[in-house]
Amino acid sequence: MGKYTEDELEKELETQEYKYGFVTDIETEKAPIGLSEDIIRLISSKKNEPEWLLEYRLKAYSAWLKMEEPTWAHVNYPKVDFQDIYYYAAPKPKKQLDSLDEVDSELLEMYEKLGISIDEQKKLSNVAVDIVMDSVSVKTTFQDTLAKLGIIFGSFSEAVQKHPDLVKKYMGTIVPYTDNYYAALNAAVFTDGSFCYIPKGVRCPMELSTYFRINEAQTGQFERTLVVADKGSYCSYLEGCTAPQRDENQLHAAVVELIAMDDAEIKYSTVQNWYPGDKNGKGGIYNFVTKRGLCEKNAKISWTQVETGSAITWKYPSCILKGDNSVGEFYSVAVTNNYQQADTGTKMLHLGKNTKSTIISKGVSAGHSQNSYRGLVKISKNATNARNFSQCDSLLMGNKCGAHTFPYIEVDNKSAKVEHEATTSKIGEDQIFYCNQRGIDTESAIKLIVNGYAKDVLNKLPMEFAVEAQKLLAISLEGSVG
Amino acid sequence: MVEAMENIASKKAQFLSNFLAKDTDVNSSLAKQEALKALENLEFPTTRDEYWKYTRVGKITSAKYSQIPSFKVSDISNYCIEGLETYRVVFVNGFFSEELSDISTNQGVSILPIAKARKENTDEIEQYFGKLSKHKTQFFSALNTVFNTNGVFVKIAKNSILEKPIHIINITNAESAAFNPRNLFVVEENAEVQIINSYETSSGSSFTNATTEIYVKEGAKVDSYILQNESDTSKQINEIDVLQESNTTYSATTITLNGGLVRNNHNIEVRGQGSETNLFGLYLTSGNQHIDNHTIVDHIEPNCESNEVYIGVMDDKSTAVFNGKVFVRSEAQKTNAYQQNKNMLLTDDASAYSKPELEIYADDVKCSHGSTTGQVDEEAIFYLRTRGVSEANARKMMICAFAHEILDNIKIEVLREMLEIQIDERFVLVESL
Amino acid sequence: MLRIKNLHASVDGNEILKGLNLEVKAGEVHAIMGPNGSGKSTLASVIAGKPDYEVSGDVTLNGKDLLDLAPEERAGEGVFLAFQYPVEIPGVSNVNFLKTAVNDIRAYKGLPPMAAKDFLKMLKEKQALVELDKKLTSRSVNEGFSGGEKKRNEIFQMAMLNPKLAILDETDSGLDIDALRIVANGVNKLKSADNATIIITHYQRLLDYIVPDYVHVLYDGKIIKSGTKELALELEEKGYDWLTKGVESSELKVKS
Repeated sequence: MGKYTEDELEKELETQEYKYGFVTDIETEKAPIGLSEDIIRLISSKKNEPEWLLEYRLKAYSAWLKMEEPTWAHVNYPKVDFQDIYYYAAPKPKKQLDSLDEVDSELLEMYEKLGISIDEQKKLSNVAVDIVMDSVSVKTTFQDTLAKLGIIFGSFSEAVQKHPDLVKKYMGTIVPYTDNYYAALNAAVFTDGSFCYIPKGVRCPMELSTYFRINEAQTGQFERTLVVADKGSYCSYLEGCTAPQRDENQLHAAVVELIAMDDAEIKYSTVQNWYPGDKNGKGGIYNFVTKRGLCEKNAKISWTQVETGSAITWKYPSCILKGDNSVGEFYSVAVTNNYQQADTGTKMLHLGKNTKSTIISKGVSAGHSQNSYRGLVKISKNATNARNFSQCDSLLMGNKCGAHTFPYIEVDNKSAKVEHEATTSKIGEDQIFYCNQRGIDTESAIKLIVNGYAKDVLNKLPMEFAVEAQKLLAISLEGSVG
Repeated sequence: MVEAMENIASKKAQFLSNFLAKDTDVNSSLAKQEALKALENLEFPTTRDEYWKYTRVGKITSAKYSQIPSFKVSDISNYCIEGLETYRVVFVNGFFSEELSDISTNQGVSILPIAKARKENTDEIEQYFGKLSKHKTQFFSALNTVFNTNGVFVKIAKNSILEKPIHIINITNAESAAFNPRNLFVVEENAEVQIINSYETSSGSSFTNATTEIYVKEGAKVDSYILQNESDTSKQINEIDVLQESNTTYSATTITLNGGLVRNNHNIEVRGQGSETNLFGLYLTSGNQHIDNHTIVDHIEPNCESNEVYIGVMDDKSTAVFNGKVFVRSEAQKTNAYQQNKNMLLTDDASAYSKPELEIYADDVKCSHGSTTGQVDEEAIFYLRTRGVSEANARKMMICAFAHEILDNIKIEVLREMLEIQIDERFVLVESL
Repeated sequence: MLRIKNLHASVDGNEILKGLNLEVKAGEVHAIMGPNGSGKSTLASVIAGKPDYEVSGDVTLNGKDLLDLAPEERAGEGVFLAFQYPVEIPGVSNVNFLKTAVNDIRAYKGLPPMAAKDFLKMLKEKQALVELDKKLTSRSVNEGFSGGEKKRNEIFQMAMLNPKLAILDETDSGLDIDALRIVANGVNKLKSADNATIIITHYQRLLDYIVPDYVHVLYDGKIIKSGTKELALELEEKGYDWLTKGVESSELKVKS
């Protein structure tokens, strides 16, 4: 019968490649390869950092040296050689940039290719973008507009120079450098990232967005993002990530800290599309990320992530629900194909009274990939009337991949109500046939069904990202029908 | 550093010295040799070990034990199930009590103390002994495999259907006594058996470290009940390793009514098509008790089904842990696996830790799990009260109904009735309105 | 238009269709009736290309061999099956689903995608035709629909895809009298000299609304009697026994 054959698939696979796999030829300034105290001092001095920050880095480094790489995640990869990585690579600025027109034309072209033309961004009135390439932030748009509202948005290095008090006050309070191996490494060698402060009672009128790009070979990207939403404020923040296609594995170890003070709300969305490696599992980004937010009274933090990239993903965006009545949300779609491995989920720590959390996780595994949900819901003794609902579904395509669910539920208060549900199944054959009968071929039917399956999560993304995310899902499932 | 290591080593040596006295037939068994080697290398499990994340074994490993000689129990009617006729195998402080047991069987059935079976039929025991137990990787399994003194060997021959259940009763009455019961059940092709395994304390506190291996051969059916009702200061580690061949049914219900520290490791390997696995558990904790149920159902072959429901009610300062793991290997297509854990906390000092896990490598499967933790439904309480039921009784009714869900799976009627009464009595609340 | 010759179909080794013959010409309405388990739904599924069956024989649509085609290619050729149990697809909106289907079928025929404006116009027209609640079109495909809404949605899809051969598999089951009338009206309005309809049903009730040109009785994987709409009335009155008994005894004779 005229079924979609594997041969046809193979063909399609060859034509469908990671579309962001190009390398931009840009002059780069790099620190010598490897990691040592000297390298850290070099990074710090390149960035003209105050003494306290250098000290912080060195403390983190000595803590890191004593730590061991975690092995509990359901992922398998050769050990990272931390001495074989460049910890600092920056596009060489010709001079201080004053306007967009002065941004390197190669850079502009690159962002055009990535579909985030800065020119266009200039015209769009609802998204402010900070762009981080390899180790440093290259450009932030809309800073002036935001400044009128008292909103500080820009690169982390810039914030260190211009708002050292704010940075010093909040940095490392949510994710201390002692937190874990990669957080310690990041604290020692982070080069840039985004910083955002929303003053009391201000509702940020536009989406704040950071675009992360790894370009140089053999570099690690260690960015650090800090978002502080003061009392009663609101902001929606998006991040996107891509990297060139290389045979080697590259390391990305980021730290994101969110602080939502009383009555504040932060919506943090990620579309993670780091290079996943080729169809034989060669190359790809190791994505080891620590993301955590703190909610004070009546505050709300909502994490939404669409994870389609990276060879290895190790990531658990979490909420510390410290204030009474605070709310934490986690919405995730993680798609793995070929030889990708993802171990991702969330932690909801209920400390305050009447705290509420919701977890919706949708995993899709295809090819030879392994996709795990790992999550912790902890209701502490004083968290009276805490509520959690978790739904973790997995979809499998083919019997060479794996879908795993590892929830940890810890309840120390009798008034808590915690519900966890999970299902694992293959994509519905009857659904595919129904689509076929209406004239839709199997490959399109799968994309349609998977997008429908992920709808609950995709709906949480800001419009601009939702469409992009749907396309991404479709692309990452290319050739997943066996 | 070195000092710390020496310290650990000496603690282990000290702990093991509690068991050195009884060791009669080490040489015969390959498993024993493996376990001896493992004991040299393995340390006490700690909470850094994922498998022991929520359970500390310090209470077990730091205690001093003494070997207690047999004592006489004149009346065991308290430990029998009233109205149920069974074969009976009684162990008192780990020693087989011939006069309290009733193991005269018909053809096709052997029920023997394992020590005796080993002497009489070394080759047959050796064929099965230690082939399923986790003595190479688990400290307590290794401990049992090396130092086990006695236990039960049951063999049901092909096509035999046992007309009455086998009831194994373990009674302890000693202070600081430690036992390593070792059981081996071989249920041959198309045979059927019901086995009840009770653990009771008459007085004192003890440490029981049991290991049971169960072979369920093609077409066989095993219906197993584990009843744990030890004293508040007793400690128990209970490993059960099951191998299911094709078209078999293995059902196990674990009821933990009492015990200071209880850790159950129930491992099922489903190595045959068309098989069914049912695991049910009920744990009621109070005081400072700590009850931990770990289960692993490993689906290796296609077309199998597993159901798992564990329910717990935690009172006072007690803690309960459930960790259920279902593996579906890539060959195990068309597996249906279901797993559910429900916990109810009666106080803010009680804790429930739930970890239902799925690890799935085949696509044509239907697997699901759920976990809920909450308290009595207040609306239901209100409803009952509007119908004239006192609040205390309403609560009792709701808690009992919650627990009874597990009892409904018990196929031996008198056992179910007995447990229903025990549980209902337990939740008669003292405070009156 | 549709020609079925000596069609055999089995599932897991059980033969369900045992040499079925049927010819349907353009402009005709055929009703296929028969007791439970006679193979009615299997026939519908086999024509649509459901993968679970092992099939042999000939099924052609306007001379094109259907059995060689994938289900979506058959849909492209103009086969439409209104499912007895329409499938729910969570998260996929009806509109998105139909847009994909319409354009994939157009691509199969070598036509460019339909302009969004035209598509919306057609959507509204057809919606009115089957009196489908507007809210339902923006909801996920069949998810949370009542039995009647699901059936109406099937006819709505049929209107959107404008098939040459529509097969209605027990479309009347679970419909109240008003819904039945609406569904039947829809089917009647879609009828033309170029298309054909096969109605699979238990009861003659639907045939009061959609008048068939021919009625066939399917029993034990074969058509054992064909006639005009009067046959349906006769079946309603007498049941199937008088027909099937004959079959069994004749088979017995053959065997002995």
